[in-house]
Amino acid sequence: MAELITYRDAVKRAIAQEMRRDDSVYLIGEDVGDAGGVFKATKGLLDEFGPVRVRDTPISEEAILGAAMGAAMTGLRPIAEIMFSDFLATCWDLVAVEMAKTRYMTDGQVTLPLVIRTANGGGLRFGAQHSQAVENWAMAVPGLKVVAPSNPHDLIGLFAAAVRDDDPVLFFEQKSLYPTKGHVEEGEIVEELGTAKIVRSGTDVTIVALASMVRRAEQAADELAEQGISAEVIDLRSLVPLDATTIIESVVKTSRLVTVEENPRLCGWGSEVVSLVAEEAFWHLDGPLTRVTTPHIPLPSADALEDEVLPSVQRIVDGCVKAVS
Amino acid sequence: MVQARFPEPVSDELLDIEDKTRLELYRQVVRLRRFEERAYRLFMDGLVKGTSHLSLGMEAIAAGVATAMREDDYTFCTYRGHAHTLARGVPMDAVMGELLGRQSGVCGGKGGSMHLTSVEHGVMGSYAIIGAHLVIANGAAWSASERGTGQVTVAFFGDGATNIGAFHEALNFAKVWELPIVFVCENNLWMEYTPIDSVTAVEHPAADRASAYGLESIIVDGNDPDAVYDVASRAIGRARSGGGPSMIEAKTYRHGGHSRADPGTYRPEEEVEAWKARDPLGYRDRLLALGMDEAELVAIEDEADADIDAASEAAKAAPLPDLEAAYTNVWADGGWSWRN
Repeated sequence: MAELITYRDAVKRAIAQEMRRDDSVYLIGEDVGDAGGVFKATKGLLDEFGPVRVRDTPISEEAILGAAMGAAMTGLRPIAEIMFSDFLATCWDLVAVEMAKTRYMTDGQVTLPLVIRTANGGGLRFGAQHSQAVENWAMAVPGLKVVAPSNPHDLIGLFAAAVRDDDPVLFFEQKSLYPTKGHVEEGEIVEELGTAKIVRSGTDVTIVALASMVRRAEQAADELAEQGISAEVIDLRSLVPLDATTIIESVVKTSRLVTVEENPRLCGWGSEVVSLVAEEAFWHLDGPLTRVTTPHIPLPSADALEDEVLPSVQRIVDGCVKAVS
Repeated sequence: MVQARFPEPVSDELLDIEDKTRLELYRQVVRLRRFEERAYRLFMDGLVKGTSHLSLGMEAIAAGVATAMREDDYTFCTYRGHAHTLARGVPMDAVMGELLGRQSGVCGGKGGSMHLTSVEHGVMGSYAIIGAHLVIANGAAWSASERGTGQVTVAFFGDGATNIGAFHEALNFAKVWELPIVFVCENNLWMEYTPIDSVTAVEHPAADRASAYGLESIIVDGNDPDAVYDVASRAIGRARSGGGPSMIEAKTYRHGGHSRADPGTYRPEEEVEAWKARDPLGYRDRLLALGMDEAELVAIEDEADADIDAASEAAKAAPLPDLEAAYTNVWADGGWSWRN
């Protein structure tokens, strides 16, 4: 029996699933307890697991991630919430310089089984400092795994995989997706990190999208179908590990590639995907490798302006038409 | 011209410490001194690559605190961490091997002088970004408290760290969560090339801030092994019995410069001389005055000399790391792959 639940409720279900299974899993962060999180994604967890395992912290992002890291290296499997992914900038040392490098520097003496979950991306009119899509920052640092689910089912399955993984995982919850719904079966759900999903089959162009851009890519595929263009849509799901095989196999079939990225253009994850395809599937290509991104600007707040710059269904359609023509 | 900062007068209070503990403190101080002197020489010979931050003159702090710790307690230290790593019992040859970039190094050559780690000795890492390890140390203390192991975490750091955000976040967090942790500030009066008091709003950069955050706060003569051992024992005992976090600010002085070949000439000569007159190795005189057998002290010194010679030779003779090691242990599966 599948149940229709929101992406928001999927967060709670995912955390509860893992905390019930493993006593060493703890949740810490600003307002995660009584308040149930600023997006209400952790509401109810305090009641079930109590104030020791679901614990509020001061507004001290370095202290939050430091606590998670020190605990992970000594036997716990902490989940740390950073309320908005923009705030990762205040504790980037912990993420990029401490967590990412410690296993390597110690030649494997230290293991860091921890998850940083954070509300990422735009679409809620929060302006430039609460709307960034920053998954690329994490992707650029060796030693971090980077996951960004697009729907409730994947959120639960990938979150479970992240908690059970022995490496630090940055888990980006796209905040505009919290109210969106999807079908989720009963029982435990666990998926595998580093696995992309073909969410729509096609033959003329491969669209690779992530998180909030997946639904838009599917809508674009509907419109392209009306124009006689058959688009295959891949939900990338995680940036590290990257499922290069699924992308390459798809491009070998369609001979065309379009990436759809919420991040600003320069050094977005799509540039890595494009370069990979250029190197490994070049002789299969029949059209320009095309990227649809937010332009290289900070995000504006006004709804009209934000809608203007985030990749729209129309821009994805246009990108695909360019790639196939 | 920088004004000289002289040490406080020596206390004539004789602490009640067992002879065998005093001998252990002396053994530690001597071994740390011998190691740092040799590390400096090997750096100048070009065998220790990159950089190197020595604890010459500051050995009594690592010695005193480590001697007061339980074997399974955790330490977190900084890029100036040779002494703290050795004081927890990590063998000299494994540390020297790491400094020389050899396979025999405690991190297989992948850490270097600034990242000495030996989890089996409770040495949870040497961190080279100022202040970062203070918040990480909190996590180990939190974990120990949740797991009910009674382990205490000690975090060593320098005076310069007291003006960075992570220090303040760490202290507040440790107190709010009542963590079993002892912060140990080695206040050697100089950050790198600038006196700490010229950039700090309070007189005691660690202790004054710690009091404000509600931590038990203690200032101690960091060149006196007995005094450090005594306050560390009490702070560690308090943490172990659920009494929460403490701050020890140990006043000390580095005999050399900040790092590498820095001669430290920016410091007034009379200041350097006054502090060198308070060398922690002066502890030897106290032990003799207490009637200890000089032959026992000489045996400790001879053993340290032999060990540092052996460790240096072993490190020099050790093979370089396999080049394959560059590609291992990015991930817990042992590998480095980011794609399929």
